Amino acid sequence: MAVRFELIMFNETVINEINGIRKKYPDRRSALLPSLYIAQREFGWLSLKAMSCVAKALNLPEADVRGTASFYSMFKHNPVGRNVIQLCTNVSCMILGAEKLVDFLKSKYGVHPNGTSEDGRFSLVIMECIGACGTAPAMLVNTDFHDELSESRIEEILEKYK
Amino acid sequence: MENFLLKNIDNPNSADIAEYEQAGGYKNLSKALGIKPKDVLDEVKASGLRGRGGAGFPTGMKWTFATADPKFPKYLMCNADEGEPGTFKDRPILEKNPHLLIEGMAISGYALGAEYGHIYLRGEYPEAGDILNSAINQANEKNYLGENILGKGIKFKLSVHMGAGAYICGEETALIESIEGKKGQPRNKPPFPVNVGAWGMPTIVNNVETLSNVPYIIEIGGENYAKIGSSECPGPKLFSVSGCVNKPGVYELPMGTTLQDIIYNHAGGMRNGKKLKAVIPGGISTPVLPADAIDCAMDFVAMPKAGSMLGSGAVIVMDEDVCMVKVTYRALKFFEHESCGKCVPCREGTDWLRKILERIENGKGTQGDIELLSDVAGIMSGKTFCPLGDGAAGVVMGMIKHFRSEFEEHIKEGKCTF
Ligand SMILES: Cc1cc2nc3c(=O)[nH]c(=O)nc-3n(C[C@H](O)[C@H](O)[C@H](O)COP(=O)(O)O)c2cc1C
Ligand code: FES
Repeated sequence: MAVRFELIMFNETVINEINGIRKKYPDRRSALLPSLYIAQREFGWLSLKAMSCVAKALNLPEADVRGTASFYSMFKHNPVGRNVIQLCTNVSCMILGAEKLVDFLKSKYGVHPNGTSEDGRFSLVIMECIGACGTAPAMLVNTDFHDELSESRIEEILEKYK
Repeated sequence: MENFLLKNIDNPNSADIAEYEQAGGYKNLSKALGIKPKDVLDEVKASGLRGRGGAGFPTGMKWTFATADPKFPKYLMCNADEGEPGTFKDRPILEKNPHLLIEGMAISGYALGAEYGHIYLRGEYPEAGDILNSAINQANEKNYLGENILGKGIKFKLSVHMGAGAYICGEETALIESIEGKKGQPRNKPPFPVNVGAWGMPTIVNNVETLSNVPYIIEIGGENYAKIGSSECPGPKLFSVSGCVNKPGVYELPMGTTLQDIIYNHAGGMRNGKKLKAVIPGGISTPVLPADAIDCAMDFVAMPKAGSMLGSGAVIVMDEDVCMVKVTYRALKFFEHESCGKCVPCREGTDWLRKILERIENGKGTQGDIELLSDVAGIMSGKTFCPLGDGAAGVVMGMIKHFRSEFEEHIKEGKCTF
């Protein structure tokens, strides 16, 4: 039986990218958030190994890297689905029906808050305000904004994300 | 009043430098570089501009403190964290009028003797990040930014730093910690950032809208600017209106416009002919006002007198069908989630408040729960490390003050009555 090792390391292009970012700041630690974003882009989520790559690239203690990464909700510490639905349920969205949309996502796509659908197509994250309150309810799918949501709008939008 | 902050944003290419120049853009930078940095600072002082990030601190005074500090380099940070729920006023500037912010920052950097600027942008605005980065590239090519601005030997380098979904990073010292690659937990003050900020150096943190007002002050002069809107906090103000109104959106109006006017004349009045019940006037962290209290001027001086705060100018409008207990519960879920964990009254207090509110909303409230809420909120007030916990306590106290009967009814009926 063949054993598959997942290779978790930054390639040279990524290392160069990180070195470029370091130049924007007076010290190397300040490049940490941008580097964590890069690691997340490269590996999909921040495993211990991924964070250890960041620690090496910036020459920082691993504990510091993990501590910082754990503070921010946009850094993922578990594998996520192919598409991440980030639905806002804060007050302006809530009073225009966002909670019903959470139920709809559960029943129609089998995806629960902080969970991933069985087919791996969607993960759902409940967001605090995403700055689209004037066109509430709103969500981000990956990095795309969608607003004025209703059940039928969501169905239409999610068609595009396979 | 003609729009300045939102000028030209209906133009689909408004974010492009050519369109911005066409509309008179970067002329104010060139005008500012023609006078001494001290004169630019004096114009800003004369304008009476107060910070638009929520606290309303006089910008000229902050800048004076920063320039008085002999240490260099100085850093100018633009606070584009826009995390206060209900707030979406900076977004049109960032996405549609990025060159206005860049011009404002270049002028401010000159006045402050700051050669480096960073825009701390919330992670939830990836599109704004792309737009800002290409606008910065354009501005660098045209020497509105860079090593030798407009050939005058003046340097200002600007870059974008993405946050990663932590509301507390909007607090200026937490923002600085975050830029330094740490957890976003607020620092003790003093020392204030204007003396010891990012990387131990004098650091000026200003909101997007604040910095975007600077070109306007240069254009019309501080004295003329001071005549717009309220006398004690003049200028144009962006209001983001959301909730149960016909025309939600961002409105640029003179500071001091009344809530009544904003809701009924600008935002088109109540949706579906419903009755107004309550308004959160300045984002989730500001105390609620009942329907009969909306005849008040929206500015930093009048709002505290009316029992709330201007905050970020995020007006959340609620009609008769909205359950106030549910709104309070949702707000406290937010505060609990966003409490940075550094101080006990905030970390434990928000957790307690959320738990009590959750049981009241779910029909499991008991006699004495309202007193318990008031008690916990009272203990938190004034004892938290930063204003986040204070805000959370104020929200609960405001709701109980104006809508106590709804809490009582939930407890008596054993269910949500909406
Ligand atoms: C919990 C908390 C969150 C804040 N969030 C923001 C924010 O998202 N944007 C902002 O400009 N100011 C925010 N502030 C205010 C900043 O601390 C600071 O006062 C402001 O950026 C100063 O700029 P200004 O004088 O131009 O308003 C926040 C403050 C607190 C306590
Ligand atoms: S409350 Fe949902 S986007 Fe602001």
